[in-house]
Amino acid sequence: MPVTDYFAGLEEATAADGMPTAYVAAASLVEGARALRDRGFSVLLDAIPVDLHPREPRFEITYLLLNPGGAGTAPARMRLKVRVPGDDPRLPTLSGVWPAANWAEREAFDLFGILFDGHPDLRRILMPEDWEGFPMRKDYPVQITTPVKTYEPLQVTQEEFVANVEAAREHGQRD
Amino acid sequence: MSDHIEIPVLTTTVDKVVRWARRSSIWPVTFGLACCAIEMMAMSASRYDIARFGAEVFRGSPRQSDLMIVAGRLSRKMAPVLRRIYDQMPEPKYVISMGACASVGGVFDNYAIVQGVDQVVPVDVFVPGCPPRPESLIYGIVQLQRKIDQTKTWG
Repeated sequence: MPVTDYFAGLEEATAADGMPTAYVAAASLVEGARALRDRGFSVLLDAIPVDLHPREPRFEITYLLLNPGGAGTAPARMRLKVRVPGDDPRLPTLSGVWPAANWAEREAFDLFGILFDGHPDLRRILMPEDWEGFPMRKDYPVQITTPVKTYEPLQVTQEEFVANVEAAREHGQRD
Repeated sequence: MSDHIEIPVLTTTVDKVVRWARRSSIWPVTFGLACCAIEMMAMSASRYDIARFGAEVFRGSPRQSDLMIVAGRLSRKMAPVLRRIYDQMPEPKYVISMGACASVGGVFDNYAIVQGVDQVVPVDVFVPGCPPRPESLIYGIVQLQRKIDQTKTWG
């Protein structure tokens, strides 16, 4: 069965290894993903962003889907691809369809700067929280010379130390 | 005639004793970052046996440690953690930068890896190698012992 039968918005693409592959428009991504999930592709294995700089649309995300089979049906895999423009890299989140999309999308945001609308917790996941830029983009420099960030140790003066101890002691007496 | 009482006494200076004690009990903090840590573990195990040089007691707490062996590449995200552990160690404290990655970044000449841990902590001994063999690291510790032996303990 061709993948376009699963959902009307899918556009079949060729793949060198013969795995079923389909493009979907960003506007109908959530709808298409839900349709595929309801047809048995219940596992999202990975979401793989690619930077095609300087081509446009610049980004492309490949969702690897797995139908684990069972109950008389054969297991199956497929790829779901979606193109993302470079000037406004923005997609609807799939974390409502597959919970596994949560961290995969956080990684895509962290390293490629792709924003996911409706994501419950879109923070950096690999790089430090205060990192600037998105390192896996093609126009990000490989070597950088910014000084290494460390943080000043917490310094407590003698008076503050004594005050802390006494406050703790008073607190203990009240209890 | 009179009784010659043989008292078992050696005389020395406090300075010498303190230096001897320091160099003979270098306790490293358990701090392996990458594949160099495997060689560090081999060094502490029975085949190479760093206990011969008094440095076998790897401590789980920096409060009980004298030496930090930075074993592996240090990422920029890990740098504040390394610095904090170093700050928690009591004086006198020493640092060995183990391997090419810790010393100069090694093959990881990229945005994510610190190009030399001497940007984060003061290093006493650099041990070259990728990874250094346990003998090299033992040689590094012996070099550190020689350095401690030449340091004034106070004043």
